[in-house]
Amino acid sequence: MTSDFDRASQFARPPLTWNSVGRDYTAMTLATRWPAAVSPDAAWGSATGAGVRVCIVDSGVEDGHPRVGPVQASYAVEQDDDGNCAVVKVPAEDMSGHGTACASIVRSLAPDCEIHSVRVLGHGFSGSGEALLAGLKWAIEQRFDVVNLSLSTTRHKFVDNLRALTDDAYFGKTVLVASAHNLPIESFPWRFSSVISVGSHDTGDPGQFFYNPSPPVEFFAHGTDVEVGWLAGGIRRCTGNSFATPHIAGYCALILSKHPDLTAFQVKNLLYLTAANVRGAQ
Amino acid sequence: MTDAPSPLSALSFAVLDAEEEHRTLLHSVVLVARAIFESAASSIFLLDTLTSELVFEAVAGNGEDFLVGSRFPASKGIAGWVLDSGQPLIIENVAEDPRFARDVAESTKYVPTMLMATPVICDEEAIGVLEVLDPGPSQRSALTQLELLSLFGLQAAAALRLVQRSRAARSRLIMADGEFAELVEVVRMLEGLDGERRQAGLRLFGSMRTLLTS
Repeated sequence: MTSDFDRASQFARPPLTWNSVGRDYTAMTLATRWPAAVSPDAAWGSATGAGVRVCIVDSGVEDGHPRVGPVQASYAVEQDDDGNCAVVKVPAEDMSGHGTACASIVRSLAPDCEIHSVRVLGHGFSGSGEALLAGLKWAIEQRFDVVNLSLSTTRHKFVDNLRALTDDAYFGKTVLVASAHNLPIESFPWRFSSVISVGSHDTGDPGQFFYNPSPPVEFFAHGTDVEVGWLAGGIRRCTGNSFATPHIAGYCALILSKHPDLTAFQVKNLLYLTAANVRGAQ
Repeated sequence: MTDAPSPLSALSFAVLDAEEEHRTLLHSVVLVARAIFESAASSIFLLDTLTSELVFEAVAGNGEDFLVGSRFPASKGIAGWVLDSGQPLIIENVAEDPRFARDVAESTKYVPTMLMATPVICDEEAIGVLEVLDPGPSQRSALTQLELLSLFGLQAAAALRLVQRSRAARSRLIMADGEFAELVEVVRMLEGLDGERRQAGLRLFGSMRTLLTS
């Protein structure tokens, strides 16, 4: 059976470049199959998420939940007595329901995507701690297509490392969708331009998302009274940016399912062009 | 006309006598939160980092007369989750939530149906939790409720920070072999005297100063 690590090694990183000297410009031609006016149908119409690997960095995901389906693989960050973090394979379980909720939202939009889980929360860890950083780093190294991070840290000491990690994701074709904090405080990594940051709207329409003309929060998605999967096969209604974020992650999975070659930059552009307030202006 | 307090007596007031004022401040936060949300109760917990416990620092409504000072493990319950995740939340049916610590709730003699909670964040750290139990029906959307709750979280953060600093200063005074606590106590007694006894006390201090500087 192919492990996540094996699969990750299939995605060789391109060499670093600083200029285009000596490059074959013909070989640099990129996809130009952009329709004249980008519609949701052009962006993700008929897509199911098939072929897209989504990683939920959270409290774990309950495998086989009716709203989640199969969880491809589950990992968790574990800390030794010296505080060193390691990512290890664990049974697919959720410590609180938060991760299962996020996975269920992604699944509701992208029914055929693969869902993977990295637990960084719920075993005595703090969401502002080293575990979050270690889990996110691991997920980015595995080259997942989409990473959903409905968490953030308020600690500035992690900022440099987080910024480097999110840049790595951005250039490595991993779309990192990060939740803005629910409190009016500064936290990371959603503040970085290399991620797709998400806050909540309260229109009640799960199929609607908006581009925010006054970032740093770039997109607003359905985050009020969201029906989500919870523990033990349960369902509940939740409110907050944590639940808006996987809506955008789900749309990213659909876009990448239909257009697998797109970069994180292009995916964000497609989201922008298909946002309800941008389309409305056309 | 009242004499201006001496620096030592001002220190005594700020540090040793501040607990009551800080309790009033914290209590006012939960009182207003309870009134705005029309809730059964509102509480502020402070994390005791030495014991990893959450301590009831202020309560308005149910439990107000006996809960302050009681504590439970910070890893337990919805408050523990909020502290860990740093995220506010609204739970409509608490009993169905696996994070709910029924034993903790029952020990408070009030088991809520609905709960709102927000972390109290200070200097990048979650130092406590603000909870609102069983809010009344509201015309606000859940998102607006969360936003309003977070504003009370900011107030609670400022109040809890004051409490922490005051307690740390008091602890320093009292723990230093009792030397300064004795001194502060003498000054406080002196401040409470009047007439000849006060003048005698001040003369004694003057003599001590002369003795110590000669």
